[in-house]
Amino acid sequence: MRKISYSEAIAEAQLQEMQRDEKVILMGLVQKDPYGSAFGQTKGISSVIGEDRIFDMPISEQGYVGAALGAAITGMRPVVELQFQDFITIAMDQIVQQAANMRYMFGGQIKIPLVLRAPTGAYLAAAAQHSHMLESWFAHIPGLKVVLPSDAADAKGLLASAIREDNFVLYFEHKKLYDKKMDVPKEPYTIPIGKAAIKRVGKDITIVAWSFMVSKAIEASQILEKQGISCEVIDLRTVSPLDEEAILKSVAKTNRLLVVQEGYWNSSVATSVSALVAEKGFDYLDAPITLITAKEVPIPFAPVLENYVLPQTNNIVETAQKILNKI
Amino acid sequence: MEKSIAQQIYKKMYAIRVFEEKVEVLFAKGELPGFVHLYIGQEACAVGVCANLSPEDYITSTHRGHGHCIAKGGRLDRMMAELFAKKTGYNHGKGGSMHLAASEIGILGANGVTAGGVPVAVGAALSSKIQNQGRVAVAFMGDGSTNQGTFHESVNLAAAFKLPVVFAVENNQFGVGTRFCTISNEPDIAKRAAGYNIPGVIVDGMDVVAVYQEAKKAIEYAKAGNGPTILEMKTWRYRMHFQGEPATYRNDIEETEWIKKDPLEIAKTKLKSMGLLDNAMIVDIEESVQKKLDEAVEFARNSPDPMPEDALTDLFA
Repeated sequence: MRKISYSEAIAEAQLQEMQRDEKVILMGLVQKDPYGSAFGQTKGISSVIGEDRIFDMPISEQGYVGAALGAAITGMRPVVELQFQDFITIAMDQIVQQAANMRYMFGGQIKIPLVLRAPTGAYLAAAAQHSHMLESWFAHIPGLKVVLPSDAADAKGLLASAIREDNFVLYFEHKKLYDKKMDVPKEPYTIPIGKAAIKRVGKDITIVAWSFMVSKAIEASQILEKQGISCEVIDLRTVSPLDEEAILKSVAKTNRLLVVQEGYWNSSVATSVSALVAEKGFDYLDAPITLITAKEVPIPFAPVLENYVLPQTNNIVETAQKILNKI
Repeated sequence: MEKSIAQQIYKKMYAIRVFEEKVEVLFAKGELPGFVHLYIGQEACAVGVCANLSPEDYITSTHRGHGHCIAKGGRLDRMMAELFAKKTGYNHGKGGSMHLAASEIGILGANGVTAGGVPVAVGAALSSKIQNQGRVAVAFMGDGSTNQGTFHESVNLAAAFKLPVVFAVENNQFGVGTRFCTISNEPDIAKRAAGYNIPGVIVDGMDVVAVYQEAKKAIEYAKAGNGPTILEMKTWRYRMHFQGEPATYRNDIEETEWIKKDPLEIAKTKLKSMGLLDNAMIVDIEESVQKKLDEAVEFARNSPDPMPEDALTDLFA
């Protein structure tokens, strides 16, 4: 099998879905070739498909996200991109008040086959306005599905599912993953939204993660394995709706839960996972649930500060050791 | 124009040029973390406007903000230290290139969000008006900002309340890699002023004397209580949107045409012909700026990193 990068996998999924369904259109900044989006996520598409279904937008997030919504409810299947997830704040009314409410508020009259893609995450010295992980905000809102692929193969399958889905899906891509290559099937395929994946099988402790934190959890698991600690890494893939069954099943086996989240603790996906296990899996637990999250400050620019604020592999290793009373 | 102003203008323009050229080299060598957006080519805009401001006046800036910071009186050493992510930087290493701020000299921040600083300038002008301080606020922005809803809301508010604001639009023709005329039906942004019933002025943004004169009118108009002006400066950024961006969207012919109108060359020629600058002064200015820049790099390199725990300070007052 050929290896392609996460950003190439995202471009390939969009190209194949556009070839499959002429209603799929792309809207965002610098989408057309030769630019092909800020991190190459649409590279090669306009050269193959032509320029009739791919639109380079002005920097008007509220306007063009709303326009994508309008197109979605009137027969198109738009994939709309924000250049950085951080800029979603500008489009919040169209996402939270309009799109998320619309189908329910209209009594189910319409479908919203809309995908919003955006690069998310920190670890790049990009400072506070280009480093956000805001998935927890959207997980809080009924009417939105929130997907965060952790590698190239997942990126392709999850995006194909998101595009084929008749509901609004927010699809957040981690900037640290764009260059990461792996085996990705060439033919189109889908990965179900709302289902977690076991990325590493283990028996002593469950580590729940998503997006870039899956790589950190796997790295930590490899270190811990040498110390005789067997970690099960659950990649949520979708943070809303949560795959409750996958989380509970793993904790029932390992009896210990560590959640690793790049974003902040308060009112987050990590605290929801923790609440879920406390409510529905309390009897499985042999140790307190532990969360590793960013420290509660904006993401600072200086790498020495940023690294201190964000979860690191050694934090996961040490915390797992503590949970298992190994230090 | 007074001789001292002319000398300051050339000094600041030269400082921006060599600061940015130095940043370009340091960034390419990997000495500066993160991302940088260089201001080279647009020097006349920041300097022509800011030469009319006092330290008490306010500016808000953009992701391409080094030039505005220097033009408004920012120190090269503290700027450079911030770019090096050092504790001695203006933002103590917390902001970096895209968020340089120096509130003591009225710099209310560069900004990573398109048009993010524009309403902040309107608020600064409102504050000045309420407190009767006689200060003006200049919102620097690119052409891209003018297609944000924030721009419309800000101009409307400032016009309705006759606030002392200048909307200083540096139209360098491209938002990231998108040519302005492909995403706006009217290439002249200043024409929008008519819709707000305020003055809209177009000026050659490569000519610092022209910018200075038009900005002077707009600032005096604002300070006299007449409200805002949209000052559109037609200009060109010599480098790409950010350092490292592939050059895929501009053509060599237009590039060559614009670079013929180099703002530093125009400044020298014009200011000399006006009798405000001579070759000896130019040599003196360039030498003194170069010395300051070398010192700034040394200061930045030798400054301490922040302590990791410093990450937890400055969140609340």
